[in-house]
Amino acid sequence: MVDTTTRRSPLAGQAPALAGLPISARELPFLTQLNLRADPDGPAAASIGRALGGTLPVVPSTASRFGEVDVLWLGPDEWLLLAPSGQEEALAATVRRAIGEADGAVTDVSAQRTAVALTGPRVREVLARGCSIDLHPKAAPAGSCVQTLLAQTGVTILVRDETSSDFLLLVRSSFAEYFAAWLIDACAELGE
Amino acid sequence: MSRLDATSRIDRGTDLRFTFDGKDYLGHPGDTLASALLANGVHQVATSIRFGRPRGIMAAGVEDANALVQVEAPFSEPMLTATTIELYDGLVARGLSGQGRLAAEPDPARYDAIHAHCDVLVVGAGPSGLVAALTAARSGARVVLVDDQPEAGGSLLGSAEQLDGVPATTWVSATVAELAASPEVRVLQRTTAFGYYDDGFVLALEKRTDHLGAAAPAGVSRQRVWRIRAKQVVIATGAHERPVIFADNDRPGIMLASAARTYLHRYAVLAGREVVVFTTNDSAYAAATDLADAGAEVTVVDARPEISPYWAAECARRGIAVRPATVVIGTSGNGRVTSAHVVTAVDGSSGPRQGIGCDLLLVSGGWNPAVHLYSQARGTLRYDAKLGAFVPASELLDVRAAGSARGAFTLAACLAEGRLAAQDALTALGIAPGDVPLPGTPEQPEEVPGHVLWSVPDHREDNAPCSSFVDLQRDATVADVLRATGSGMTSVEHVKRYTTIGTAHDQGKTSGVITSGIVADALGVDIASLGTTTFRPPYTSVSFAALAGRDRGQIFDPVRVTAIHPWHVKHGALFENVGQWKRPWYYPQRDASGSFEDLETAVLRECRAAREGVALMDASTLGKINVQGADAGEFLDRLYTNIMSTLKPGFIRYGVMCGMDGMILDDGTVTRVSETEFLLTTTTGNAAKILEWMEEFAQTEWPELRVSLTSVTEHWVTVPLVGPRSREVLASLAPDLDVSNEGFGFMTWRDAEVAGIPARICRISFSGELAYEINVSAWDGLALWETVIEHGTPYGITPYGTEAMHVLRAEKGYPIIGQDTDGTVTPQDLGMSWVVSKKKVDFIGKRSHARAENNRPDRKQLVGLLPVDPTKLLAEGAQLLASADVPEPPVPMLGHVTSSYRSAALNRTFALALVRAGRDRLGETLYAWQDGELLAVTVADSVLYDKEGARRDG
Repeated sequence: MVDTTTRRSPLAGQAPALAGLPISARELPFLTQLNLRADPDGPAAASIGRALGGTLPVVPSTASRFGEVDVLWLGPDEWLLLAPSGQEEALAATVRRAIGEADGAVTDVSAQRTAVALTGPRVREVLARGCSIDLHPKAAPAGSCVQTLLAQTGVTILVRDETSSDFLLLVRSSFAEYFAAWLIDACAELGE
Repeated sequence: MSRLDATSRIDRGTDLRFTFDGKDYLGHPGDTLASALLANGVHQVATSIRFGRPRGIMAAGVEDANALVQVEAPFSEPMLTATTIELYDGLVARGLSGQGRLAAEPDPARYDAIHAHCDVLVVGAGPSGLVAALTAARSGARVVLVDDQPEAGGSLLGSAEQLDGVPATTWVSATVAELAASPEVRVLQRTTAFGYYDDGFVLALEKRTDHLGAAAPAGVSRQRVWRIRAKQVVIATGAHERPVIFADNDRPGIMLASAARTYLHRYAVLAGREVVVFTTNDSAYAAATDLADAGAEVTVVDARPEISPYWAAECARRGIAVRPATVVIGTSGNGRVTSAHVVTAVDGSSGPRQGIGCDLLLVSGGWNPAVHLYSQARGTLRYDAKLGAFVPASELLDVRAAGSARGAFTLAACLAEGRLAAQDALTALGIAPGDVPLPGTPEQPEEVPGHVLWSVPDHREDNAPCSSFVDLQRDATVADVLRATGSGMTSVEHVKRYTTIGTAHDQGKTSGVITSGIVADALGVDIASLGTTTFRPPYTSVSFAALAGRDRGQIFDPVRVTAIHPWHVKHGALFENVGQWKRPWYYPQRDASGSFEDLETAVLRECRAAREGVALMDASTLGKINVQGADAGEFLDRLYTNIMSTLKPGFIRYGVMCGMDGMILDDGTVTRVSETEFLLTTTTGNAAKILEWMEEFAQTEWPELRVSLTSVTEHWVTVPLVGPRSREVLASLAPDLDVSNEGFGFMTWRDAEVAGIPARICRISFSGELAYEINVSAWDGLALWETVIEHGTPYGITPYGTEAMHVLRAEKGYPIIGQDTDGTVTPQDLGMSWVVSKKKVDFIGKRSHARAENNRPDRKQLVGLLPVDPTKLLAEGAQLLASADVPEPPVPMLGHVTSSYRSAALNRTFALALVRAGRDRLGETLYAWQDGELLAVTVADSVLYDKEGARRDG
């Protein structure tokens, strides 16, 4: 059994500062993240979909949820599987089994990015300070998933509810400190 | 005092104290600095930049070319226009003669930027804009309405118009209230749309706390740039009144007619008691009659022979003298204007010059629609001869002008156009427009067409310098324009640059079209074909601080850090910027005297530890790309100069990538994980570039290859454990791993637990020493690092930074791509022909390697340099000469130093250099030119330490 108590997430040092913000911003550390590459029309994609209990999303900038696995469309032949902590090996094995001899690639990228849950009615206003994507419910309904820039860092934003007040944001681990500093600064004017 | 008791938009109940040019005054909330100055009888604001002539307030808005001031308190800000500064208590300002002064202190204020999206953006909250916004709002569309004034209403604030039989401001209030209550509508006052960019992207500057002065709350940004993406844009920006140019038209007290009317109605300021109104059109009569009603003695001078019967009667009723067929040809005054000089045409020739005493001379030469944004949106303009102005020629798909901005000049037409523009915009979006009945407008008198008059010739017969000013801020005159055309210029763009007209803060809002008119007349061409200069953003001045927004200080640029960064900080590392990464440069320790080591001492110590004991570094910033697929080997064969497909799982190979020109692009290691999976590394700074390079080939050149790429740079933390004692440290960390040379050979990898953490260990070395590169999940990186140090402490383990890494690799002659190469260097130039496959059919760069130029024996080649004086450190970049006898310039240069260090292992200084035919010069003496002296150096092999490679296996 591997000892996981000494793990440190990219935003571990920022937790108190994030907790003090006028929006709810909470790191969801150590999530399972697998990058998946496959031909969307090929046998692997269909088989993976079945294994996960649905169909891989093919509409750009959307995500689907199968059980506790979110499948984020990242490109015409690329997805990110997002699952609770500790499922890297099991989920990867499931997907590899589904791919079988067909063409497809699974890569564990769990520590490549960290996840932050942003919730509250004013989250959109905060994100608008650095994100040029329209996150209005009409433009970005639940299940929308965009890869974009937030200020000067790349992020993936998943819209989790119909009122666009519940977001999951993925940011590269090396940019996490910058993201936190930016977010804290962007919230500074929410009081007014 | 010029303040009246009349109804206005100012709050008389509150006094605001302000200081202008050292004198204290009072004003009220709702005032601008300009209106407050006029209320205090101050007309002169500054002197002009070239001639020092007294200048005053000529407008009531952004078009003012004159009234530049420097605000001194509460925060210093240069080059603001008095007509756009909202008055606040404690304002200290002074007039500017054309040039301001940046504050010496950093600006303490916050600035902000925010994105917004809407179906319909309406620019301008005058009558057209308000109706447009209301029409869009009632349809349920997402609407943004921006307006540069503190309150909505536009021209209605400065006039006495009635709508539905009551003051128009009542309708404005009701409309604003309805918009404010609409959930999908955002109304932004004090916000200027200053630029239109592609695809409905409009930038607007909101002044949020400027008007509060020292009372501005600390946490609120002073200004905010709105980045608005609109599906449809309605431009309802109104029009700017245009003067007529005549001699001495620049005195304080000479003002646009509509400006005086605005000062009267909006600010209750009567700008003069004896007023001459010089007009070419009907619009100025409203100013004449309103000022007369307020108690001024008014004379109207109309350039047209025929006067509107309606306005003639209105003037007669008030005792206003009207002089038809008359123009102002000059003025007199000492400072402020005291007399207008007029000439009346009699039977087609000029009558005698007459003076009319006045303290206010109002001018109206017609109106220029504010087409700036429309023109920036690539809307074409056409000249309307009746208006003497350029107006939008057609509608764009997603940008429409409405109201005065489109050349409509009656209130009824402006309201109707606003509604129509919004209806068209909504229809284009497939949204059913809401029902908006238009308020009733009073019947308009029949208009007598305006007379287009750009300038009145200077009638003076003396040789006085021309004082007919076109651009008052630039002190540029009609004579300057004529000098430009006289010297052969036929383009208004050239005339603009020659005369500087239109280049000041106001960007020629009052002077641009007039210049076109004067040029057209001078050249005898049609102004319609001559056109105007280009309307470029920004529409009004925007400070750099506002554009920078919140991207300053800590978040000016992202700082990328590794998972081990907190340890580096805690242990006093100094950092080197590598791209956006912070990498430990070296770790200065306290010496015996308690002071910190310098770079040289620290690096010698860190290098010695790596060569003689054990050391570790954080190499997590290396780019890492996972390559998978049935054709992954073939794909890498085509990218790298050497063969990768023959590499067996479990093994690692060094590789070099070239560009199509055969020059080295990047290098790194390739680890074969399985038959179908490789993991390759790139240099830190090239990670993103190489991934894109590889993706481009995978997607566009070789789509038939079954291969996919995934960046895993930040998934892994990479810690090289280096030095002769690294094996012992690893053995203690990974008791289950066979760390012997036989069991774990050079250029192989193993998966094992290190300190209980799952790790991939690679036996590769960038120092020539025995080394193990330990890779773990980034989550485990800090724990790994701390545990390795714990286990290494008995062996004297030493963390080292990038500087020591550079020295160690240079001693071994390992090049750094981008430092020892510069895009003109082939693998062969580096003496690395061994890394270029002779067997492969093709790879990127192969064809270029066969070019004669790339095979010349006198190409620059990588060699080592040993200064003859072993204490002298060569400067990186120093040029190398063949002889100590320096000939006359140009001096032939043989090459330059690319890397230079002090070596603990060599006990001397050394360098790497690119030298012409360098490998043929081994043993030769060359001379490095630095700091005005020549240093003798001996050319050596690039590998200066452990040439036989005896140390890598420990």
